[in-house]
Amino acid sequence: MAGVEALSLRDFVANAKASAFFANCHKVARFTDLSHGSSLSGRPHDLTGRSVLVATKSQLTTALALIGLDGRARRLVIAPPDAEPDHLTAVIEAAEIDAAVIDAGTPPGPARGLPACVTATASIMPMRENTSARHGTEWVLMTSGTTGVPKLVAHDLTGLTAAIKAPSPADDAAVWGTFYDIRRYGGLQIFLRAVLGGASLILSSAGEPVADHLIRLASRGVTHLSGTPSQWRRALMSPAIRAIAPRYIRLSGEIADQAILDRLRATFPRAIVGHAYASTEAGVAFDVNDGLAGFPAAYIGVVRDGVEMQVVESSLRIRSPRTASRYVGGSEKLADAEGFVDTGDIVERRGDRYHFAGRHGGVINIGGLKVHPEEIEAVINRHPQVRMSLVHPKRSPITGQIVVADVVLKTDGEEGGTRQVELKDDILKHCRAALPRHKVPAAISFVTTLNVAATGKLLRRQELADA
Amino acid sequence: MSVKLTIIEQMERIAREHGKILAPLKEDLVLADCGLDSLGFAVLVARLEDTLGIDPFTAAEDAFFPVTLGDFVKVYEHGGR
Repeated sequence: MAGVEALSLRDFVANAKASAFFANCHKVARFTDLSHGSSLSGRPHDLTGRSVLVATKSQLTTALALIGLDGRARRLVIAPPDAEPDHLTAVIEAAEIDAAVIDAGTPPGPARGLPACVTATASIMPMRENTSARHGTEWVLMTSGTTGVPKLVAHDLTGLTAAIKAPSPADDAAVWGTFYDIRRYGGLQIFLRAVLGGASLILSSAGEPVADHLIRLASRGVTHLSGTPSQWRRALMSPAIRAIAPRYIRLSGEIADQAILDRLRATFPRAIVGHAYASTEAGVAFDVNDGLAGFPAAYIGVVRDGVEMQVVESSLRIRSPRTASRYVGGSEKLADAEGFVDTGDIVERRGDRYHFAGRHGGVINIGGLKVHPEEIEAVINRHPQVRMSLVHPKRSPITGQIVVADVVLKTDGEEGGTRQVELKDDILKHCRAALPRHKVPAAISFVTTLNVAATGKLLRRQELADA
Repeated sequence: MSVKLTIIEQMERIAREHGKILAPLKEDLVLADCGLDSLGFAVLVARLEDTLGIDPFTAAEDAFFPVTLGDFVKVYEHGGR
């Protein structure tokens, strides 16, 4: 969106219509109050020009604090809700953090010991603002999915918002919701979409059951709803899914396979079902809204909306103005000499489309044959009785590793013993018809649930992968 | 079903699934010549863990893979005790 470099988030909330709000299950905060007020306990000035760690527990206090900090802090570093205290200590040092924003739920830890520590609330106190002094705030996100200290990925507001198109008049009444936490890149995109579009945003509260969240989204009239495929699969398991009627459904953060796209289309026949590809480092690369998994091969090798993509040794590489500028601390380069970021995501061309096949490093090795678990999951998920699946390696004395699958059925384990054996056979038959035999799971276990990490992504068992 | 019958049934099944032809399953049949390839054996061991609840090869530090079908069955019978 043009002109963002000159503006801070406060300018957008100031121009939003009077009805726009942020809400969680306890509280509603209006944009108009934020434009001449602050949630930072009357102490926003203590944070001016500082490098600030945002270590709030609640997403709502985070949202309000981000608006108060953009244009005020020199740098803001957003801690995800599951950040470990040891990691935060390393982050504080690497990002030269000298202030923190916490809330009532922030656990004891290094954030509370910083020279300036301001408690954010979900209430907005009126405050006169001196708007002359402006900082071009650096936004720093932490990477997920790796063990050890997270990497600190630096963006500016221009890059973070570059994929957001000016809202059309038809979107005037948009109400956004997100299953995806706004402290991660994919969720932050939804927060920024709401703020730049002057649209309300419904946030989940920590520990809120999916059904309660869905009912709340429905009662607020959600029109635009975003989550990872795993979060959507879980939401579809709840009867409360029928309460909502979004116009736009967005998936990001994991591979959107055809089965989940089809299921969402069948559940919400009038909604646009789109999946977006983005990473913390590479930024938003593209949206796909044709209802099909993967993306058109024509996207590769050209510049679209300023984004250029290439495939090198099956790995997707991206150069764009939405790409992060650098890692904070450490000497690791984020992009190559030509400015391309290697996403580590493996793509395979089938016909005129590229499909995501998994992650570099997430590969299972079966006697020298490489297998991406995601590819097998996509096949299993197409079976009509399967809700979701997790394919993982199992140690094998013969081939080193072998693939096995944990499967959640739509009928939730009500099947009797004989029926279970038949179903396993049927799913395996379905796999054999679609996959070479080394990719067919050696065994299938029916489970009632699969673990979804705080990132909203299916939790893979790294310890088994390492075996 | 006995351990031996379970093993033989699974071997026949995997051979069918993988489009392999099994040699007659006698006690002294050398496993390497039985008709299953290494992937077939890997699947067999994983399936047997599923049905018999044990994986004697992966559990033991120095597990060696038996030579004949009779030895293979004994490993499971022993491991099951």
